[in-house]
Amino acid sequence: MTTESTPGAGGAVSKADGRPSTGAVTKASGRPARRAGAVGEPTTAGAPGTDVFLDVRDLKVHFPTDDGLVKSVDGLSFQLERGKTLGIVGESGSGKSVTSLGIMGLHTVGQYGRGKARISGEIWFDGTDLLAAHPDEVRRLRGREMAMIFQDPLSAMHPYFTVGAQIVEAYRVHHKVDKKKARRRAVELLDRVGIPQPDRRVDDYPHQFSGGMRQRAMIAMALANNPELLIADEPTTALDVTVQAQILDLIRDLQTEFGSAVIVITHDLGVVAELADDILVMYGGRCVERGPAERVFYEPQHPYTWGLLGSMPRIDRDQTDRLIPVHGSPPSLINVPQGCAFNPRCPYADVPADNRTRTERPELKEVGSRHFSACHMTQEERTRIWTEEIAPKL
Amino acid sequence: MLAYLIRRLFAVVLTLMVVILVTFGIFFIIPKWTGVDPATMYVGKQSDAQAIEAIRQKLGLDDPIVVQFWDFLRGLFMGRDYTSGADTVHCSAPCFGYSFRNEQPIWPVLTDRLPVTLGLAGGAALLWVIGGVVTGIVSALKRGTIWDRTVMTVALAGVSLPIYFTGVVSLAIFSYQLDWVSNEYTEFGTDPALWFSGMILPWVTLAFLYAAMYARLTRATMLEVLGEDYIRTARAKGLREPVVIGKHAMRSTMTPVLTILGMDLGALVGGAILTETTFSLPGLGQAAVAAIGERDLPVILGVTLLTAGAVVVANLIVDLLYAVIDPRVRLS
Repeated sequence: MTTESTPGAGGAVSKADGRPSTGAVTKASGRPARRAGAVGEPTTAGAPGTDVFLDVRDLKVHFPTDDGLVKSVDGLSFQLERGKTLGIVGESGSGKSVTSLGIMGLHTVGQYGRGKARISGEIWFDGTDLLAAHPDEVRRLRGREMAMIFQDPLSAMHPYFTVGAQIVEAYRVHHKVDKKKARRRAVELLDRVGIPQPDRRVDDYPHQFSGGMRQRAMIAMALANNPELLIADEPTTALDVTVQAQILDLIRDLQTEFGSAVIVITHDLGVVAELADDILVMYGGRCVERGPAERVFYEPQHPYTWGLLGSMPRIDRDQTDRLIPVHGSPPSLINVPQGCAFNPRCPYADVPADNRTRTERPELKEVGSRHFSACHMTQEERTRIWTEEIAPKL
Repeated sequence: MLAYLIRRLFAVVLTLMVVILVTFGIFFIIPKWTGVDPATMYVGKQSDAQAIEAIRQKLGLDDPIVVQFWDFLRGLFMGRDYTSGADTVHCSAPCFGYSFRNEQPIWPVLTDRLPVTLGLAGGAALLWVIGGVVTGIVSALKRGTIWDRTVMTVALAGVSLPIYFTGVVSLAIFSYQLDWVSNEYTEFGTDPALWFSGMILPWVTLAFLYAAMYARLTRATMLEVLGEDYIRTARAKGLREPVVIGKHAMRSTMTPVLTILGMDLGALVGGAILTETTFSLPGLGQAAVAAIGERDLPVILGVTLLTAGAVVVANLIVDLLYAVIDPRVRLS
């Protein structure tokens, strides 16, 4: 069935999408008051007792290409409190990594010539809007206040420099200390992340380390300056299964010790189950569900989240039960499906009446305490499907 | 590192032996196939049979190829004596034999000409490495801009225009019309200023060709390196962009440039034939051209071996530098 969107329906779409367009960077000084009209935005930020220091608002990261505009991230908002862990989950191409690189400001540096990313929205980091700040100001925060560990530690470390030299460099960018002192710091950090004989291994090259040790060294490098925020982009994907748990344990221990907030980006729900306080599920560059980890795990409110949970192999599941995969493939980020981006793959796309899933983009709605979902189904419909159809099979 | 060095040296010796064997074999076979008796090349076709026989004796041309090769090899490293009757001529090492044409030993001819070629190649290399690498990097950083397109178009022209074109045009303009530079070769020892003046155009002409290739190579490599994860890591540390480019990206970009430089310099030692001919530089290339024209096999053999030797040695140096640059090479 071809869905020609009527002028009326089209209007509804643009209206629903018509958040206050930040477009060019806001020149507000200090933290702006929360703007009204941002549909489905949580209202807890800044409330007494919370300590939000990272506030991403309506972040859009678009890449102009020859084939069209790739909307890698298209209107993403979330908050993170000091010392907490947020898990961002989604398939490849859902915009997870683009989001993290956007926070780090890595879309704007070193993008030479054509194909520059177009970024809009606001990223408030400890009172500074990173998107409005001078690039050099963001650079000074990078590595010192916010640090990142990457998926593949072998390719993420320079093959021609020793591990120690790379940690020393990370420390000395932000601290005016002599090389000896910085080296002591590097040895100390390597020791802390569990590298045996750190005073000897500090002079090794990355290729002389095993995969797990390299990731430990990456973590040491990221923690060199005691960052407020640590972004871990698929930190265990490239590692052996036996090492994965060790690295996750290490991240958790260090988080307690260093008091950093952590954003874990992963396609593996098992990883966030280990670490995260909150979970944000991304699909097609947008947030489809967000909430406290236990709620997202035990009362998920979006069919895509159900799909993710159903695709997760579990040892306690009867082996005669098959996994419940999400059919189809991730949406094109150039031509995102009309209406709900997930509708072509959603088994419940026809549950809401009058074809709304295919014409109107669902906005995030509060479905519980600090729990948001972007789905046209009513809460009763979702609860019924989850408890009767999905949960028993998991 | 020492084991690596020894392994490399061993490989070099082996390569050189193979090169000598193949080259000698070819130059031994050619006279057989073309039916031209090397002995008559020395004494001339009109000479009597006795003189031909004498030269054959003297050079050992009747010996089996194995013996001849052994004598040649020994001559290369230890020198050899040519005896005919009571008359003995000593050819000191490295002995490449005697020229068909003037019956002079070949090695001194080569060593006379080598400095000219080395001066040409060295000066040009300095120009093209600096010029090519700098423009390549700037082009990579300004990819897609007017600057990038202009430079890459000029580089394409540089690659496509032959030296005898750019050389003659530049000679006509800067030497004959404007009279800014000398148009002939002067020995450095005679007059350094004049030597320099005469070398400017050959340097620039030769360097233009290579700089164009190096700019394209540097640009492509730099763009590839800039996409590497470790460059992103360097930025994520908060490093300033000049440090990211100058330290992290440059280190990796230079590796392939160095490889090509070693090969090119090695090959140029054998003579920049077109440049030397265009600018009348009495270098090895010119000697090679003359020898080919006169079918002076021993000279061709000498230049060939010298070139091959230079390439092999240049490669060795590059390999050793590699080990310094890339720690992964040391262990593998």
